Amino acid sequence: MSIRVTDSCIGCELCINKCPFDAIKMESGKAIILENCTLCGACVEVCPVNSIEINKSINNDINLDEYKNIWVFAEQRDGEINQVVYELIGEGIKLSQKLNEELCVVLIGSDVKHKAEELAQYDVEKVYLLDNEKFKNYNDEIYTTAMTEMIEKHKPSIILLGATAMGRSLGPRVSARVETGLTADCTELDIDVEKRILLQTRPAFGGNIMATIVCENHRPQMATVRPGVMQSPSKLSHRKGKIIIEDFVINNLEIKTRLIEIVKEIEDKVKIEEAEIIVSGGRGVGSGEEFSMLKELAHVLGGAVGASRAAVDSGWISYNHQVGQTGKTVSPKIYIACGISGAIQHLVGMKSSDIIIAINKDSNAPIFNYSTYGLVGDLHEIIPMLIKELKQGKSFPEAATAVD
Amino acid sequence: MNIVVCIKQVPDTTDVKIDRNTNTLIRSGVKSIINPYDTHAIELGLQIREKLGGKVVVISMGPPQVIDSLKEAVSMGVDDVILLSDRAFAGADTLATSYTLAEAIKSIGNVDLVICGKQAIDGDTAQVGPGIAEHLNTPHTTYVNELCNINSANITVKRMIEGGYEKVEMDLPALITVVKEVNEVRFPSIRGILRSREIDVPIWTSKDLNIDFTKIGLDGSPTQVVSVSTPQINTQTEIFTGNAKEQVHKLLEALNEQKIF
Repeated sequence: MSIRVTDSCIGCELCINKCPFDAIKMESGKAIILENCTLCGACVEVCPVNSIEINKSINNDINLDEYKNIWVFAEQRDGEINQVVYELIGEGIKLSQKLNEELCVVLIGSDVKHKAEELAQYDVEKVYLLDNEKFKNYNDEIYTTAMTEMIEKHKPSIILLGATAMGRSLGPRVSARVETGLTADCTELDIDVEKRILLQTRPAFGGNIMATIVCENHRPQMATVRPGVMQSPSKLSHRKGKIIIEDFVINNLEIKTRLIEIVKEIEDKVKIEEAEIIVSGGRGVGSGEEFSMLKELAHVLGGAVGASRAAVDSGWISYNHQVGQTGKTVSPKIYIACGISGAIQHLVGMKSSDIIIAINKDSNAPIFNYSTYGLVGDLHEIIPMLIKELKQGKSFPEAATAVD
Repeated sequence: MNIVVCIKQVPDTTDVKIDRNTNTLIRSGVKSIINPYDTHAIELGLQIREKLGGKVVVISMGPPQVIDSLKEAVSMGVDDVILLSDRAFAGADTLATSYTLAEAIKSIGNVDLVICGKQAIDGDTAQVGPGIAEHLNTPHTTYVNELCNINSANITVKRMIEGGYEKVEMDLPALITVVKEVNEVRFPSIRGILRSREIDVPIWTSKDLNIDFTKIGLDGSPTQVVSVSTPQINTQTEIFTGNAKEQVHKLLEALNEQKIF
């Protein structure tokens, strides 16, 4: 491993600007790499004369060609399949077509055969079923061992897991055991068709940058994927997937983790992840009382209420309404951002919405850069007006026709 | 009770802005801090020590400037700090990082509990904690928001999951990763600050650890960043003009033309 700047450096300083870590300086017209370099490679890419070289030695003797097919880990609790699993299947279908490899689902649980049947109704080749009462509740040690044995037996090329509490605990444990790479919380996946590798894109630095990551020389290539980002597919009219029962014997496994209880807490009836229209408020709303105006607009539109972190931190609305990097990721048909300036941490959670409408009194607010439509003005005036028009016209299009 | 807390020095990302002209991070004025979740990990370590006695050692991997963060940990009252710093560690992904930290923990020896923050705010991976546990061959529990009980043989914690929580008991030695709700972080004490000024932070290099050189740094990292970009901007924004009523009408008209429903 090493990074070096060759004599061809022209001292253009492009790399200095590009370095996310301030790890390059100029000395007598040449770039010098400093101690805090993390070898991220940003400078290599930007150098116009190719004078920065990073050499990585590959010390891995696995036969990459042995590894084939894409797996989706079918997370379940109490026999309920997590919604993200369908999203992973949707994305897996696209990837499997690009690679021309099989898409398979791995279901681990107790008494979940009917769920395997259901999963087999999607466009998947196989559903591996590991059904055992020891799998009833999630346990990191047992599930890690089961997944690892499955990997060693079938050698998948790609494994996708939801970036949930479970996926983000199981994923790193499994990847460390099989000594392969794992990319966390991906929001975009693609295939480099030429190299036949998975391109994994994720936000970093609080969503300020998007990084594309590869795992070129190790298998399987593992990724956790953020819930709410990928599209769920429709069921097929017939059962396609073949259910393969895996007899997994849990013996000689000394379990050091014991579940004592699971406590469910009451959640809001409206799940913002599933809403088609979201009316979201930020600091500009002003108070908890004024949030009721947004709730009314959401009600008129048949949508849900979202919020920026600023609004949640101010105590105007509860955390489960929070959209963004540290909250939920949503992609509704219409997202109405009211009094939200558009910090990058918020934008990463809603930018894939079909239509974004921003209402803000500051015409320079960054949110306008990401919006389809912008209304510049006082939301306390605009929102009641919008509610009034909608109530008169009953729906968006009808209200608009009434204008003519 | 011998406790090791792993911390990371991170840029205070809430301060990070993008220069739209050059598409790069604006770094000037961005200060380095201890990853916020990790301060809660330190606090929990100190609370357990107060209850059961023992030692809290804070370790971190990174460039020499991380000494500042380790001194901050000393000011909070931890017993020892160790910096893992070596060019050979550079370019490490979560697998290589967790391997290196695990090897350092093995070198410290007789560790009962390892505490990490849930994730670092710069990378947001949440992978290093469980990775360390795997390399140490100990159980782990992530997203801990409450310590229910701890004694010399085991630990009981609450772990946040979607829609509720799980109560989990583990045999020690074990590893946990904590969320902010687990405690309130104390302020440094005067005594701690004085000690932090005097302390000479020990630096361990790759040669001080009993490690496999093919598993550290860039060479030991299966994943690699191939490109970095800033999130795309929609430049097609249609900004309406006029008073509130006119703008609302124009919006409804535009939505109607798009046949949204």
